Amino acid sequence: MNCIIFAGMKRQAFIFYPFLCVLLLLLFAGGLVYGAVSIPVESVVNILLGEGTERLAWQNIVLQSRLPQAVTALLAGASLAVSGLLLQTLFRNPLAGPSILGISDGANLGVAAVMLYFGGSLSLVADLPVSGYLAVILAAFGGAASILGLIIYFSAKVKSNVMLLIIGIMVGYLASSLISVLNYYASTDKIHAFVMWGLGNFSGVSLQQLPYFAGFTCVGLLLALLLIKPLNALLLGEMYAANLGIKIRRTRILILLCTGLLTATTTAFCGPISFIGLAVPHIARLMLGSSNHKMLVPVTLLTGACMALLCNLLMVLPGTHNILPLNAVTPMLGAPVIIYVIVNRKNIQYFD
Amino acid sequence: MTKVAAIETKGLGIGYLLKGGRRKVVHDDLNLRLVSGEVTCLLGLNGAGKSTLLRTLCGFQPPLGGEIRLMGKPLSGYSQADFSLTVGVVLTEKTNAGGITVYELVSLGRHPYTGFFGQLKKQDRAIIEQSLDAAGIAHKAGHYVSELSDGERQKAMIAKALAQQCPIILLDEPTAFLDVTSRIETMVLLHRLAVEQGKAILLSTHDLDLAIQMGDCLWLQEKGRPMACGTPEDLIMSGAFESFFSKEGIVFDPATGKLNTEAPVSPVGVEGDFLTSYWVGNALIRNGYRPSPVKEGQLNITCKGPHELIVAFPEGVRKELRTVAELVSLIGMGK
Repeated sequence: MNCIIFAGMKRQAFIFYPFLCVLLLLLFAGGLVYGAVSIPVESVVNILLGEGTERLAWQNIVLQSRLPQAVTALLAGASLAVSGLLLQTLFRNPLAGPSILGISDGANLGVAAVMLYFGGSLSLVADLPVSGYLAVILAAFGGAASILGLIIYFSAKVKSNVMLLIIGIMVGYLASSLISVLNYYASTDKIHAFVMWGLGNFSGVSLQQLPYFAGFTCVGLLLALLLIKPLNALLLGEMYAANLGIKIRRTRILILLCTGLLTATTTAFCGPISFIGLAVPHIARLMLGSSNHKMLVPVTLLTGACMALLCNLLMVLPGTHNILPLNAVTPMLGAPVIIYVIVNRKNIQYFD
Repeated sequence: MTKVAAIETKGLGIGYLLKGGRRKVVHDDLNLRLVSGEVTCLLGLNGAGKSTLLRTLCGFQPPLGGEIRLMGKPLSGYSQADFSLTVGVVLTEKTNAGGITVYELVSLGRHPYTGFFGQLKKQDRAIIEQSLDAAGIAHKAGHYVSELSDGERQKAMIAKALAQQCPIILLDEPTAFLDVTSRIETMVLLHRLAVEQGKAILLSTHDLDLAIQMGDCLWLQEKGRPMACGTPEDLIMSGAFESFFSKEGIVFDPATGKLNTEAPVSPVGVEGDFLTSYWVGNALIRNGYRPSPVKEGQLNITCKGPHELIVAFPEGVRKELRTVAELVSLIGMGK
C-alpha cells in the first residue's frame, strides 16, 4: 500500500479552502492584468476602481473583455469540474465526464445544425428574428437538453448505471454521426466557423449575457452542493444507498439534471471544453486524499475554477499577441493527470 | 421465555416479475420466523434462491405473494425511511468507498437519522464510536477503507449496520472471501451482537461447519420443498440434513456433521482418551473407515494418548503405534 500521497493530508484538509481561495483570486487578477495587449497594472487597478485612464481602449479591454472572460472561465471551470465529479460518483467510473454521456455532443449537434444547415440563424426554423450568437446558444442548449431528456428517459428504463453510461456513449456517437453528415454537405466557410466554435473559448460571453450565464451556472452549482449527502451514500453502491433511505431514482434524476444544466450552459456559451470535467475531480481527490463529498464537492468546485483561470492565462502566448485555442491548452493540463491516475491506480485509495 | 419474531412471513412467494406480467417463482409458500437475539444461517446450494429470499426481505424486490411482517407490522406499511431504521444490510456488492476512512464509512450508517446535509451531532458521534467498538474495528477508525483486509472490511460494514441502529440485520454471505480466522471472528462477532444487543441476525452462507457451530437456528433452502428450520442439532438428528443433501449425491453424516460423496461403511472400533480418539476417528473417516464402538471381530484401536495407539486386529494380533501417521500407513496396507 502506498500512502505517500495521502500521508498527513487528512488533518490539513481545512487549509484547502483559504489556499484555493487565494490561488483563485491571484489567477483571477492575473486574468485581468495579463493578456495579448499589455496594460500596466496601475492602469488596470485604476480602471477597476472606476477612476478612468489615459486610454479609452484599455478601459474597454479590461471591462468589456477581460472581466467577463475571467468570470466566465471561473464559472465554466467550476461547472465542468463539479458535473464531472457528480457523474464519476453516479456511474462509479473514474473516467466518466460531462462529455461522455453525450450531453456535450447534443450541444455540438444543435450548434452544428444552426451553423452548418440553417446558416447561423434560427429565422429559417421559426419566425423569430434570432440570429448570430444567440441562435448558437439556444441551439446548444436545445441540443444538450434533448439528449439529457433522452438519458433521463433511459435512466427510468435501465437499472444499471454502467448500461446507462454505455447508452450515453451510443447517443453521443449518433449525434456525432449526424454532425459529420452536416459537415459533409456544408460549405467551407461554415465548417470553418463551426470548427472555431468547437475549439472553445471563454471570451464568447459578453457583459450583457454574463448575468444569464452566471444565473444558470449558480443554480446548477447550488443543486450540486445540496446533493452531497446522497452522493456520499452512493459511494457504497445503489443497494446500500437505498437501504440508508436514499431515494435512488429521484437522486439519479437530480444528478443528471444538475450535470445537464451545468454542461449545457457551459457548452452553449463557451463551446465544448475538454478534460476539465474529467481531470479536475481526480486532482481534487488526490489533493484532499478523500472521496468524502462534504469536502470534495467544494474543493472540486474551487479547483475547477482555478484550473480554467489558469488555462485562460496559458492561452496567451508570452511575448506575442497570439492566442491559443482553449481546447489546445486543456489537454496539456488534463491528459497528464489522467495518465498519472491510470498508471498509479493501484496506489490510489479511491479506486478500491 | 417467548422470543419476539422480528421477521415473520406467511405464504411468502419469492421470485421475479418478467415482462408481460409473467412470473418466475423461485420459492413458494414460505412460512418463516426470524427471532431476535439469535443468529440464523440460511443454507442452500447455488440456485436454491438464497439471494432472492434475502433481496426480498431487504426490500430490494417485491414479494410475489403472501405477506412479510417486520416487527409485527406488514412490510407494505413501511416507508423507505422507516425501513432503513428497521433493517440494516451487509451485502456482497462492490463498494467504491476506498477513499474514505472507516469512521466516515460507519458514519454513513447514521444517514437515516441526520438532517439534509448529513451533519453529525454529538449523539451520532457517540453511536458511531460505540458501533466501531462493538464491531472490534475501532483501532482502524482513522484508516482508509482501502487499507483494510477483507475481514476488517466486513467488520466495518457490520459497524455501519450497527450505527444504523436497526433491530434486524441481514447479511449476504458475510464470510465468503474471508480466511479461516476472519470467518470465525465474523461469526463470533455476529453471535455476540445477537446476544448482547438483542439483534435479529440472518445471514446466508455456504459454510456448513461454521453454521452448525455458531448458528442458533438454520434455514435449509432447496427448490421445490418447504424450508427446513430449526436448531442445527435438531435438524441433524431428525435427518433433515441428510435428505437435504441426498439429492445432489452428497452424503451428510450425522455422526460427524461432515459432508462427503459417500459415507464410510467398514467399521473400526475406537476407544480411550477423548481428544486422541476424536482425531484418530478423523483420520479413519478420511481413509474410508467408520469410527464406531469397540466390538469383537473387527479392527479395534485403543487410544492411550497421542503417542500411544494400540491396534488390535480381529485375528488377535496387537500392535503398538506412536503416531497417527503410522496408523494410517498400517490400515492403508490392510486395505
